[in-house]
Amino acid sequence: MQDPTTDVIQGTLDLLILKTLSLQPMHGFGIARRVEQITRNVFKVNPGSLLVALQRLERSGFITSEWRQSENSRRAKFYSLTHAGKRQLELEAADWTRRSSAVARLLKVEA
Amino acid sequence: MSLRNRLMHGLRILFDRRSADRDLSDEMQNYLDEAVAAHVASGLGPEAARRAAQIELGSLTAVHDTVRQSGWESILETIAADLRYAVRQSIRNPGFSLLCILTLALGIGATTAIFSAVYPVLFKPLPYPHASCVVTIWETRDGKFELRPTFGTFHGLAADRTKSFAFTSVMKSWQPALIGSNEPERLQGQRVSADFFRALGVAPAQGRDFQSSDDILNGPRVAIISNRLWQRRFASDPAIVGRQLLLDDDLYVVIGVMPSSFENILEPSAEIWAPLGYDASLPADGKEWGHHLRMIGRLRDGVAPHQAADELTVQLKAFAPLFSTGYESSGGAPQGILVNPLQDDVSRAVKPALLAILGAVFLVLLIASINVTNLVLARGAERRGEFALRSALGAGRTRMIRQLLAESLLIAAAGGALGLAFAAFGIRAIVAMSPPDLPRTGDVRIDAVALAFAIVVTTFVGICVGLLPALHASANDPQSSLHQSSRGTVKGHLLTRRILVVAEISISLVLLVSAGLLFRSIHRIFSVDPGFNSSRVLTLQVDSTGHRFDDDAVRARFFAQALDAVRGVPGVASAAFTSQMPLSGDSDVYGIEFASVSSNNNEAAFRYAVSPSYFQTMQIPLRLGRYLDERDTVSAPVAVVLSESFARRIFTHEDPIGQRVRLGPDAGRADRPWSTIVGVVGDVKQDSLAIDDSDAFYTTNTQWAWGDSQMSFVVRARTDPASLTPEIKQAIWSIDKDQPIVRVASMPAIVASSEAQRRFALILFEAFGFVALFLAATGIYAVLSGGVNERTREIGLRAAFGASPRHILSLILGQGMRLVVFGIAIGIVGVTIASQLLATLLFGITRLDPVTYLGVIALLIAVAAAACWFPARRAMRLDPMVALRHN
Repeated sequence: MQDPTTDVIQGTLDLLILKTLSLQPMHGFGIARRVEQITRNVFKVNPGSLLVALQRLERSGFITSEWRQSENSRRAKFYSLTHAGKRQLELEAADWTRRSSAVARLLKVEA
Repeated sequence: MSLRNRLMHGLRILFDRRSADRDLSDEMQNYLDEAVAAHVASGLGPEAARRAAQIELGSLTAVHDTVRQSGWESILETIAADLRYAVRQSIRNPGFSLLCILTLALGIGATTAIFSAVYPVLFKPLPYPHASCVVTIWETRDGKFELRPTFGTFHGLAADRTKSFAFTSVMKSWQPALIGSNEPERLQGQRVSADFFRALGVAPAQGRDFQSSDDILNGPRVAIISNRLWQRRFASDPAIVGRQLLLDDDLYVVIGVMPSSFENILEPSAEIWAPLGYDASLPADGKEWGHHLRMIGRLRDGVAPHQAADELTVQLKAFAPLFSTGYESSGGAPQGILVNPLQDDVSRAVKPALLAILGAVFLVLLIASINVTNLVLARGAERRGEFALRSALGAGRTRMIRQLLAESLLIAAAGGALGLAFAAFGIRAIVAMSPPDLPRTGDVRIDAVALAFAIVVTTFVGICVGLLPALHASANDPQSSLHQSSRGTVKGHLLTRRILVVAEISISLVLLVSAGLLFRSIHRIFSVDPGFNSSRVLTLQVDSTGHRFDDDAVRARFFAQALDAVRGVPGVASAAFTSQMPLSGDSDVYGIEFASVSSNNNEAAFRYAVSPSYFQTMQIPLRLGRYLDERDTVSAPVAVVLSESFARRIFTHEDPIGQRVRLGPDAGRADRPWSTIVGVVGDVKQDSLAIDDSDAFYTTNTQWAWGDSQMSFVVRARTDPASLTPEIKQAIWSIDKDQPIVRVASMPAIVASSEAQRRFALILFEAFGFVALFLAATGIYAVLSGGVNERTREIGLRAAFGASPRHILSLILGQGMRLVVFGIAIGIVGVTIASQLLATLLFGITRLDPVTYLGVIALLIAVAAAACWFPARRAMRLDPMVALRHN
């Protein structure tokens, strides 16, 4: 991997968004920035994919949105996690851990 | 919950797309602002920060589109846009759209009409709760041919002695005269054994069902009536149960009324039912051994018809020897029992014709679809520029295909709607001319199933018709098409259109050959000699009902006097009566024992009890001996006349005249006297002109074992017999005014309607064949005409280089006729296979009848040549100078 920043792996964006929102309600740019910070710029979030993902999650009832003032007093659309979203996060997190540890084990054996 | 969420969200956007768009724009603007702010915070100048943020976000429009298209509602929006565009397109070319819509309406309408006629007969479950368990039961002598069961067989196979059946029942037609305050009315009804309604699984809506104590010899006179009769004749009297009716000369008590939903598949017009009342002691010389009943049964769950048949056959073999005298009186004990699902039984007679018609109508639909595909392809060639422009402006291939499919679906939907209207009319015509043995015609209508069928067919046709042109159009290379100079794509679509024309011609050939084969079969059938002369003969059935006829002598006197009265009507050349009428659906078979044949098995043959003048009136020729005459009265020795082929088969080397026989109830009974054969007459077709089953014996009605209560009068007139009908009826009523006269028909009409099913198939096939021919001709014309248009420059060049008009004419004609020859060749292969479906409807010719094939090929070539002629002539007359400047 020559490029240190990677596009988010297909299917993990939802998990990243849900995890980020579990800390506090956030607007779209905030989510993108937070994902990049936490993953130390390993993942770069494409704004188009992010907005599509937010709409999809909202339609599925995992997150809700409302317009309110942001910290620098601009009107922004803030997303927050619903109950269903919390459950979904637990499910996806468990699933991810299971997969990644399986891959990690496999890599160790190969080495 | 999440599905509902998604649905609501999408709907909200659909209803208020503008505010959803504004919301998204605001969010993206905010995103941009935040990004700029973040860049500024990290130390960039305002301008640099803005640029960096914009690079990060990319094209706002692209993001907007991506988000917008991610929801399901965006698909609906695109479809709506496609449809709007499709509507505009079809309005812009009203002639083209109308032609397509009419062609498809014809195809879809015809298919829907035929489907609605066929569905209730062949596919719709019977209206009984255990429809699949209801079966018909037959006796059989050879394991194949079905013989109506006798009461003796029914009694021996009673359901409670079997493992297979829950209920069994026998029935026969019954036409009592209802006498009341209104004028006497002949009712259609049935005499049934006690479990009739239980076998069908339907109980009376009021009152009670028949019980076994009702169905005994000289049992109580009780009747159940239909809902229709209850409303029609008794004004829905709430106290109907218990009311008394005068039927013939007897008082019957109404014990029940059937529900209005009750549909009697076995005899749809029956309105009244009474117990059969046969003698359970099974006297050997009684009607209990006549083969005139129908038998049904309800199988227990999980029992297959063939298992039931096996069980009954085993039982039959056990008890038949105990009743050998009874069986001998009607031609001997059966070899086995056949059990058929009721649905198969009622539809079997018409099934081959209906399936062939259904197949034919799908071919018509196919041709209509091909024609429209061709039109759309031609139209696509004209719209090449438009497609190229759209594709240059960024419409993807799927988007283009979707757009064109929307157009063809729109046309198909309009065609389907119009087709349903056609179908509604078509159905009426079909019912009006359907053969009388087509069951459940009352159920033929456009119902939900037919509607669903039409919608499925319409959608399918819309997609098929649009797909090929859409693939063609979207495959265009926009650049070359924008220039309109490349001919590569033109060749591609012309090739497709030619292949479609070849298909049209081959399908037309299949339909026309089928119609031709049916036409020749009908022609052959009606040139079969029925064995009598039907011209100027009127027939009517006369009843003798009431207790005054309990004495056979009184009954015989009534018929004799009525016959004399008919003979006295001016214009009547001769008149006679018979117990059964040829080709009328009557089928009355009894046993006959020959003294010279040592075998135990008696023969079975059609039985005619006739007045002495019957042969002369029908003009049935005498072959040997003498006709029956006035000498053969009740007191004289019984004289018998045989049919020619029957006599020849039994008496190969002997003279049949003077041979001794025992008839009907006497057959096989050594204690009964012999009768004598006095004559042999020509064969008469009884069941059908197409069937050679002419074993028959005749006696005078006075010498037969009992007096038949109904006689069919045959009256040969000097002029048109129809005009004599009122006088003839009056003459009969002058003897007894209470006797109903039914089935009044001319003999030629009876002969014609005996082939109603073939005629029905023929009429439809002829219609389909000519529609197909017309569509194929327009198809050839359109393709050649389009070809001449596109080759204008080439033709002009040829003409300029000295090709004669003749040469150009033959060039275009040859091109068209090549397609025709290809089509005919493929069609011949197709029809040799497809005509197997028709095999049972053919008569006197094989399905490879060369006359039909050659005739149809000649017709097709003539029509196709005419369709080619006009474009070819136009090409011939092209002015080379004008042609070269074309485009």
